This record gives sequence, structure tokens and C-alpha cells, in this order.
Amino acid sequence: MTIQELLSEYEELVDWEEQCDYLIDIGRELPVFPEEFKTDSNIVHGCQSRVWLVAGLDQSHDHEFVRLQADSDAMIVRGLIAVLLAAYQNKTPQQVLDTDIEGLFERMGLNRHLSSSRRNGLHGMVERIRRYASEIVGAEGSQ
Amino acid sequence: MTEFDYLSVRAQFPVLMQTLNRGLRPTFLDSGASAQKPACVIAKEREVEEQYFANAYRGRYLFGARVDDELEAARQKVAVFLGASSPQQVAFVPGCTAGLNMVAFGWANKHIHPGDEILITLMEHHANFVPWQQVALERSANLRFIPMTDDGRLDLDRIDEVLTSRTKVISVCGMSNVLGTINPIAELAKIAHSSGAILVVDGAQSVPHMASRVQETDVDFLVFSGHKLYGPTGVGVLYGKADRLEALDPTVFGGHMIDRVWADRSTWATAPAKFEAGTLPIVQAIGLGAAVDWVNSVGLEAIHQHEQNLLAEATRRLSDFPGIRIFGPGLEHKGAILSFRFDDLHPEDLALMLDRKAVFTRHGHHCTMPLHDLLGVSATTRVSFGAYNGTDDIDALVGAIEFAREKLGVSGVQNK
Ligand SMILES: Cc1ncc(COP(=O)(O)O)c(C=O)c1O
Repeated sequence: MTIQELLSEYEELVDWEEQCDYLIDIGRELPVFPEEFKTDSNIVHGCQSRVWLVAGLDQSHDHEFVRLQADSDAMIVRGLIAVLLAAYQNKTPQQVLDTDIEGLFERMGLNRHLSSSRRNGLHGMVERIRRYASEIVGAEGSQ
Repeated sequence: MTEFDYLSVRAQFPVLMQTLNRGLRPTFLDSGASAQKPACVIAKEREVEEQYFANAYRGRYLFGARVDDELEAARQKVAVFLGASSPQQVAFVPGCTAGLNMVAFGWANKHIHPGDEILITLMEHHANFVPWQQVALERSANLRFIPMTDDGRLDLDRIDEVLTSRTKVISVCGMSNVLGTINPIAELAKIAHSSGAILVVDGAQSVPHMASRVQETDVDFLVFSGHKLYGPTGVGVLYGKADRLEALDPTVFGGHMIDRVWADRSTWATAPAKFEAGTLPIVQAIGLGAAVDWVNSVGLEAIHQHEQNLLAEATRRLSDFPGIRIFGPGLEHKGAILSFRFDDLHPEDLALMLDRKAVFTRHGHHCTMPLHDLLGVSATTRVSFGAYNGTDDIDALVGAIEFAREKLGVSGVQNK
């Protein structure tokens, strides 16, 4: 699912009740996360639930795309992961850095509806992804 | 026994009488974190602000004198409420956390030396855990833990494994903020005193739910927060026996705790002033006096009985859910707190769904990470009761859990 598809469905929904259900639904459909990746070093800190995130580069195309895999033991967090994956899919590291993720959260009303601890967890994931992308961009810039 | 009229109690709490979005009524089940305030407490705070506010113990004019009188009256009410012999044994402090830190570091100054031992428990809130841990690190003392039974009580039969002639302090909660366990304070005081140690009680959870009887139980220090006792935030109480308060060094300096300052040294006022550095939370302390009056007007024992009935009812009804694990001991050893976890429903998801039904609970580690390590879970959901809760709240809780289970389709979902 692209972020446009996601948004067009999401914005059809009348209220946070429905949007919350929707997030849980898309969380259910996350790609399977390999058990062996559920290691301490892949844990994102700052989340109330456990979140694992692995970032890698897909080099099978002309451009290098950031490839993300993530999982959580909480379903609402899986829903938020689905949003992140949609927002960042098929993007180069530079495009990841250029993505206005805050604007997306604002548009989806997430800042309003999520408690501050959940927002912190979400930002923890974003930080992790951005750090990965900027390391790649930095390494390529210095070549 | 006459029925406890929780609806008329609740009617005194404006915050609980609101109608929220979609016509929902707030189901407040998080009094263990902070209780709501009755109108009379809010009115008292307003009265101070609007009629005679001034700094305390400083201005000898009309307002200042009135504030002093009100503060002393509040101090007296707290003293009687705790069963203390004198209001001089009641210091107003910023809260339970601040008070416990003051006791730990103030006592360590003169009374804890390298090789000494401090005995706490794994069920302590971080506020009664970390100060002692840090004191132990600073003083090269040993921090030890009273053994616990599998159901989350202190195992005093095994206290000899950890109690030594070097034990200087035993510090425990009166009631666990997660397990609900009520600890045997009088017995612990005897044990402490027989080996020359003091007993410190973190009364944050016990003081609002049961009589503290500080003289009868013979505790050396007891600390609690006003905001869990239907009072304002920003104020707590440090109670100590007179001789213990004298032996406790202050750790915060300035203001009304000073007796005399010279260029190179200072002396302190006597207790309780010694522990009241800086401008007091004046409005809040006076408000706490009003909260104590309110609790007395309903009756602490009546509140206790009512809450125990709710606890029993909630335990019975939640036990019917498949896959639920309820933490803590049996009802006869526990107070108005019920923590649980479902096998197939993450506390984070449950909290979100309960919130949608305006059922307010707390989830997470509740500032007890060592306890959660022991329980083997990273987070639990906690329901805690106050005087204004009733069976309708339990109905709402059960209904909201059913809603969550249905929405999250837990039966078909794996959750590790
Ligand atoms: C057992 C216990 N001790 C200490 C505290 C700390 O109280 P405060 O945050 O009011 O300082 C709490 C509050 O959650 C508690 O439950």
C-alpha cells in the first residue's frame, strides 16, 4: 500500500474511533517479521510495548531503496508501523530524509489522538529510520 | 452493615460528574496514580487564594497570620489522621518521592556507614527503591531485599536470610502500588527495632485506604502524598517519631528551616520546620487538611470496606475472562489495587480501547521495573479504586474489556 492509498482510505473515515480501528486492521496485515530478528539490538527504546525495527538497503534496482521491517507486540503499534512503512517504502535514503513525516502525523491527527508515551515511541522509530538513512547518505557523500 | 452510598460520594467530585464525548461518563479507575478532588477541597484552595493568601511563617499581618493558623490546623488534622502524638511530627514536603529521598539521604548522613545494610523489597516503587540504592552506592552499604512468596507477599519466615546486625534501615511500602499487597507494618517495626534498625514506610498507597496508626505500629518514619488522598498535588507529608526527626539531617536548605547562619556554618530550626525549606506549598497543604476532613466525614473505615468489596467483585468478574493473569496475593492480603495481564491482549492495546470507552486505567511498569522483572512481564494493566467508585464502574470496565477483545479479535491473534 502506498501512503496515498492509505491516506485516501483513512481520510474517508469519520472519526478517531474508525481511524483507530483502521490502524489496527492495517497493523494486522504487516508482512511477517522474522523471529530471528527479534533481538535486543533491534529493539527501539522509548516504547511502552516492544518494538523491533530493522533497516536495510535494497540494491536490486537502479536506485538504492531503504527497506524496512518492523514488528511490535501491541497491535496499535503495528498499525503505526504500517503507516511508517507506507510512508517510507520505495524511497532512497535521501528521499527518506526529505519526507515530511511530522506533516503526515499531523494530517492523520496522530499527534492529537496518541498519548505522549505513544508519540514518543513513534518518534523513536522515526529517529531510528532517519539515522539509518543519514548514515547511508553521509557515507555516500564522503566517497 | 449499611450500604456505602458511593453515588452520593461521587456527586461531590465535579470531575466525575461530567458527560464526555458520545455521552460517556468517566469511569475513573486510576486513583492509585492520583485521586480526584472533592468540591470542598477545591473550594478550600480557592478560599485561600481569594481571601487571605500570603507567605507562611513570615508576614505578621492579617493574611499572614491567617495562613499560619490554617497551616497549623492542617498539620494538626494530618497528625490526628495518622495517629501521631503531636503535629510537630508532621512536616509538609513536596510529595512522597521528595520525602523518601529526604529520609534516605538525611538518615544516611550520620547513620549509614560502609558495610551497613539497607533492607527493602522488590515490590517498591522506584521512589522507595532508587534513593536507597543510591545511598547504598554512595556509602558502600549493601542493599538487600526481603524474600517474597510466590503470590507477592513478604516472606517474614525467611527474614533471617537478609536481616543482620548491620541492618540499619528497613524501608517498605505500606501497600504495593502494583500487587496491592498490604505489608505487616507492626511486625516489620518489631523486627527492625529488635536488630537496631529503623522502619521507614512508604505510605503513598496505604494512607488513603486504611488507618496508619503510626504510634501503635511503631513506625519510625512514614511518608505519603496528598494527591492520592483526595488532596492537592505538590504537597506530601513526612511523619517521624520525635527523636528520629531530631536524628535526621535536613537535605534541603534555606528559608524557615534555618535557625542561625554564620559565614562558615549554620544551625537548623527544630522539626518540623527543619524539613520545610523554602516557601511551602501553602494552598496545597491547607487543601490537604480539607481532604483529611473530607475523608473523616465519609469515614476511612467505611471507605476501606467499600473498596475491599469492589476489589472482591472486580477480581471475581475479571477472573471469568480467559487468559487473564491477576497479580498479587489473595484478597485478605491486599488493598484496592488490581493488576492484570491477558495472554493475548497487550496492555498498550487494552489501554487504548478502554480509553475509547472512557474507562481510565493505567498500564506500563508503574515505576516498579524490578517488580516487573520479577513478574516476567514488561507491563501490566492496573485498576485502582477510590471512595467514589462503584459497581457501575466495574460494569463499565468489564464491558470495555469485552469491547477490546472483540475489536482486537484476540482469539485469532498470536501475542508473545
Ligand atoms: C508506592 C508509591 N510510592 C511512591 C509514590 C510516589 O509518589 P509521588 O509521585 O506523589 O511522589 C507512588 C506514586 O505513584 C507510589 O505508588
